[in-house]
Amino acid sequence: MIIRLEGVEKSFGTQKVLNGIDLSIPEGRTTVIVGASGQGKSVLIKHMLGLLRADCGRVLVNGLDIAAMNKKQLKETRTKFGVLFQGAALFDSITVFDNVALPLRERTHMTKIQIRKKVLEKLSLLDLDGVDQKYPAQLSGGMKKRVGLARALVLEPRIVFLDEPTTGLDVKRSQEIYRLFHRTQAQFGYTAVIVSHDAPKIFKLADYIALIADKKIQGCLSPEDFQLSDNPYIKAFVEETMGSIYISGTDRS
Amino acid sequence: MKWLEELGANIIELVAQMGRMTVFLLRCICNLLIPPYNLSHIMQQIHFIGAASVFVIIFTGAFTGMVLGLQGYYSLSQFGSEAALGSAVGLSLIRELGPVLTALMVTGRAGSAICAEIGIMRNSEQIDALECMAIDPFRYLMVPKFLAGIICLPLLTSIFDVVGILGGFVVGVNLLGVNEGSYFHGMYKSVVWKDIYMGLVKSLCFGILIIWICASKGFFLHLEKSGGFGAEGVSRATTSAVVLSSVSILVWDYLITSMML
Ligand SMILES: Nc1ncnc2c1ncn2[C@@H]1O[C@H](COP(=O)(O)OP(=O)(O)OP(=O)(O)O)[C@@H](O)[C@H]1O
Ligand SMILES: [Mg+2]
Repeated sequence: MIIRLEGVEKSFGTQKVLNGIDLSIPEGRTTVIVGASGQGKSVLIKHMLGLLRADCGRVLVNGLDIAAMNKKQLKETRTKFGVLFQGAALFDSITVFDNVALPLRERTHMTKIQIRKKVLEKLSLLDLDGVDQKYPAQLSGGMKKRVGLARALVLEPRIVFLDEPTTGLDVKRSQEIYRLFHRTQAQFGYTAVIVSHDAPKIFKLADYIALIADKKIQGCLSPEDFQLSDNPYIKAFVEETMGSIYISGTDRS
Repeated sequence: MKWLEELGANIIELVAQMGRMTVFLLRCICNLLIPPYNLSHIMQQIHFIGAASVFVIIFTGAFTGMVLGLQGYYSLSQFGSEAALGSAVGLSLIRELGPVLTALMVTGRAGSAICAEIGIMRNSEQIDALECMAIDPFRYLMVPKFLAGIICLPLLTSIFDVVGILGGFVVGVNLLGVNEGSYFHGMYKSVVWKDIYMGLVKSLCFGILIIWICASKGFFLHLEKSGGFGAEGVSRATTSAVVLSSVSILVWDYLITSMML
């Protein structure tokens, strides 16, 4: 277990968003977090990143409580992270190229030429040739997402957190991105935590699926078990997203 | 009892804000002392805070000096001591007006921009993104700004002083007919190294003060009690940063003067 959440609770003012989250993210696997909009998926990810502090409970990364880490440990931990925010969070006063190059410049000792090669390679992998000199404000929503993705993956992280990586992308592009994840994960064996509304397509990519509903994780199961689960929330979710297949299956029985 | 509650909440908020701003300053200073420095970022900030302010500083410096020449001449001529105009203009510029007015101009021009820039970065999760990339925002964002402030303010103040003295010269000597020799001679005699030193120390402190207040207001935008949301949150933080840093400049000016005199 590379990340473990134990009884995490979080309120904003009087609104309780997370109420006793228990979740384990296994190393080297892809865990997909699903759930309706506004259920606290992004908040959950921010707890794993150490950007938000739990009111109650613990978030363990590599066995260490992220809230209790000192600056050095936190930095050490985060060097293994690659993060895509829901809003992409690109640096809007520098170009796309500089955005993707920034982690390389600040964190590695690569030469200018090496950085250039690597950045252009990542950009073209995400079908972003020719936009490297544009500013984030000059890109479409889906392009911003892909630049954010390129930036998250450029340092070959050990754990990637992707908050809705394919939202705002067309079907073909999102398929390509899923294929890319599949390929790169097989290659590098990183751990992935993906928040997605793209069920049931995302089930193909997932090793585990966690549903967040009613402020809790209703289950973190393999896709097969997930579809057969008895949990009423999971059942309802599966019915909604896979509608026809599921219902026709039960009709016959 | 409601007002008591509110008073208490405000005091707690004030103490919390002072606490986090102090921690902010300490973290900046710690990072400031540890190399390596990113030269290109520092140059960029020096350009923005310093070079781009030169024109404004020359302009305000010239007119301040001119008005000093005018006012000084009329006050001094009542006692028949027009000859002291040079020393009056020189001393008041070098000791007080140069550092203070330069700092106020830089606050208006660069301080507000720094607060807005950092505030927008905070609002759009860019600072969170930096942290998640294991890039220290203090090192990446704040150190170049602080260094630029420390380098630029004394230089800008010197420019202000020189231009102001020339402005006083133009009005006093060329327009009002004070003797040229006595203008500069009076200045040579009365301005000593301690005056210049005091002016430079002041401007150095103001440089740190401006960057500190403006950057930390933007950095802690999300913790503002009135809510640092969206464009309005940024504009409110910018306004309060400019007000706070202008007031602090004047307060600090008094404190430094009383300590160094
Ligand atoms: N900084 C914040 N301050 C106050 N409330 C917040 C904050 N961030 C999130 N919330 C609240 O927490 C709840 C969960 O938000 P979150 O962004 O995690 O939803 P989500 O599951 O990611 O939804 P979506 O799928 O639409 O992205 C929402 O009701 C939101 O109003
Ligand atoms: Mg979200």
